[in-house]
Amino acid sequence: MIGALPPHPVLASIGGAIEFIFTPQTSNVTGGKEVGGIDQVVELTLNQLELTVLALALSLVVALPVGLYLGHRGTGQLFAIAIGNAGRAVPELALIAFIAAAIGVGVLNLTIALAVLGVPPILTNAFVGIHQVDRATVDAARGMGMTEFEILRRVEVPLAIPTIFTGIRGATIAIVATATIAPLAGVLTLGDFIINQNVYGDDGVLAGAIVVALLALTLEFALAGIQRLLTPEGLMLKTT
Amino acid sequence: MASPALLAAVGEVGGDFFKPRTSDTLPCQADTSKLFCFDWARENIDRYGTPTVQHLELVLFSVLIGFAIAFALSLLAHRRVWLRPPLLVATGVLYTIPSIAFFFLLLPITGRGRDTAIIALSAYTLQIIYRNTITGLANVPAAVKDAARGMGLTDRQILWRVELPLATPEIVAGLQIATVSTVAIATLAVFAGGGGLGTLIKTDITFKTNLILAGGIAFLMAIAFGLLLSWIQRRLTPWRRAVTE
Repeated sequence: MIGALPPHPVLASIGGAIEFIFTPQTSNVTGGKEVGGIDQVVELTLNQLELTVLALALSLVVALPVGLYLGHRGTGQLFAIAIGNAGRAVPELALIAFIAAAIGVGVLNLTIALAVLGVPPILTNAFVGIHQVDRATVDAARGMGMTEFEILRRVEVPLAIPTIFTGIRGATIAIVATATIAPLAGVLTLGDFIINQNVYGDDGVLAGAIVVALLALTLEFALAGIQRLLTPEGLMLKTT
Repeated sequence: MASPALLAAVGEVGGDFFKPRTSDTLPCQADTSKLFCFDWARENIDRYGTPTVQHLELVLFSVLIGFAIAFALSLLAHRRVWLRPPLLVATGVLYTIPSIAFFFLLLPITGRGRDTAIIALSAYTLQIIYRNTITGLANVPAAVKDAARGMGLTDRQILWRVELPLATPEIVAGLQIATVSTVAIATLAVFAGGGGLGTLIKTDITFKTNLILAGGIAFLMAIAFGLLLSWIQRRLTPWRRAVTE
């Protein structure tokens, strides 16, 4: 490298990554085809977001009703806790690779694989959140003539919102993080920059890592905001 | 020109890793519809030893470093309440950044390798351990602390002899969640050049027998750590039944 004052190597790497995010560059393995640039970054970000939203939606549809029902009935505690513990132990890389090898590649299969990571935290937290609602409060609601469904919807769920959301946020982080390795199962996400270093170069790898980190943090802050909106005012006073 | 001996040595280290030791491919290995090839597994199971040990080391180093830092931060924040929100946000950011992204964010600073993987994995554990320790300390009844003070204990004695023992269930629960998650996430350390069971998964990513073996070992390792820490939790707090969550 020839230059009057070469920048610090770390700064140079970051500079290269930022340049990669905004300007397409020539890759030495794609036969002159340009890689990177804001268009490709946006496209892959949207792919990753789409995959995350699909998997999260599937997790919610499967896990939330079961968690809420078991929590309301107060049964199946062992099952609800065990599924949470087992879910945490599932190795992400093996799961994605196995689904791709055994069922096949593609968005649908990957959505199912990612939902496997999303279901346990949502189910366990929904169960725990509902289950720990003060029984006297529930009895009072019943005494006021509420049906079981009304008790769940108007008393238990609002009181359990912080715990339920902890589960949803945990699921989202796990899903968006694992969606990064989706290219291994044939769906291009931001992880393509990270995994295919030979195509995108070191700048591309770092650029991918930066955008993935920003995407995850954005989702986390958005969910924290939604949680604040949904939490009943009375509960806000009690926390912290 | 490289000598044949050198080429042979390179061949031994590099490729052919997953070829069976017998000269021909085992019948069930060639059959891609087969979920699990017992013959192959029986012949090749010893190849999983070293990566399993590497995986164990990754997890132990990461969790121990994470615990040391998070525990120190908790004790700091325990006395200085104003430190709690900023520490919660800072550890929350480290927790939220996907490990695989974290590995490569560190790349310009620490390069590839096991150290990078351990830094990223231990950063991930901070929030879980920090949050549980703070909660555990906060849950100690004020009356107990008052009684200890009335008996003439200093603040330091109250912390180490009263508050921390009473917070042990929550602290160990945090350690348990952190360890189990780290075992699973450490499979991604292969992308940082950190070794472990992920190396085997990535080397032959379409061979189901290999995926079940490597993934199964990681899963069982995580479950074993979970059970071990629940047992430790019960042994450390005989006055209290195991606390779930």
